[in-house]
Amino acid sequence: MSDRIEKRIELKAPVSRVWRALTDHLEFGEWFRVKLDGPFVPGQVSRGYITYPGYEHVRWEAVVQKMEAERLFSFTWHPYSVDPKTDYSKETPTLVEFKLEKTAGGTLLLLTESGFDTIPSGRRLEAFRRNDGGWTEQMKNIENHVAQRP
Amino acid sequence: MSHKGRSGIATIRKAQASVFAALGDETRLSLVAQLSVGQPCSISRLTGGSKLTRQAITKHLRVLESAGIVHGAHAGREKLFVFDPRPMEESKKYLDLVSEQWDRALARLKSFVED
Repeated sequence: MSDRIEKRIELKAPVSRVWRALTDHLEFGEWFRVKLDGPFVPGQVSRGYITYPGYEHVRWEAVVQKMEAERLFSFTWHPYSVDPKTDYSKETPTLVEFKLEKTAGGTLLLLTESGFDTIPSGRRLEAFRRNDGGWTEQMKNIENHVAQRP
Repeated sequence: MSHKGRSGIATIRKAQASVFAALGDETRLSLVAQLSVGQPCSISRLTGGSKLTRQAITKHLRVLESAGIVHGAHAGREKLFVFDPRPMEESKKYLDLVSEQWDRALARLKSFVED
């Protein structure tokens, strides 16, 4: 069984545009739906709050790893750290990597999230139970919102 | 965070070796493949189908057992192992969920940069 997530998506926009959307903290916050305290700096913690309606109490915390201009942006974080009573900092985080490649039509974005083998299995179950249904509903709302305001 | 909470997580970590880590080994994957057919198997039978020693197979079964993927039960003098699909199903559901979130986030990124 794979312990990583891999995504490929073609974007009809120049690499420089995609790079800005990923690494400018305000632009990142727009599409990721998070309000960040400050700019991304490699080696530093990025903090903020999720802006999904109903999930505003959920903190965003990630450690920026690499920012290689227009090529690679990566950070580590704790996915699904939605329970304020749990201290996720004791767990090994997963690594999220955005890789960009120039294509004829724009940009190829490769996303990987790896390191799930270090998350205690008890929490995987808990995270699933907690979010089953809730997230699905939430995501539909977001989709509608995006459709109305492209 | 209280001391109690922290030790709770530590206990989960110790007690439940990760499902992914347990499956990240070819021998254990092949043991799971054999057991997932549904028939409880003894260590001797599982050793018979492999080049490894009984001791090595036992060690791998212990890893799978601590992740909850297989359960051992004594039947007379032998210990029989059965496959439990639940931990793997849960892990898959979790990954699917995170994966789905990325799909949505990347779709929002797409409309954001292509606008």
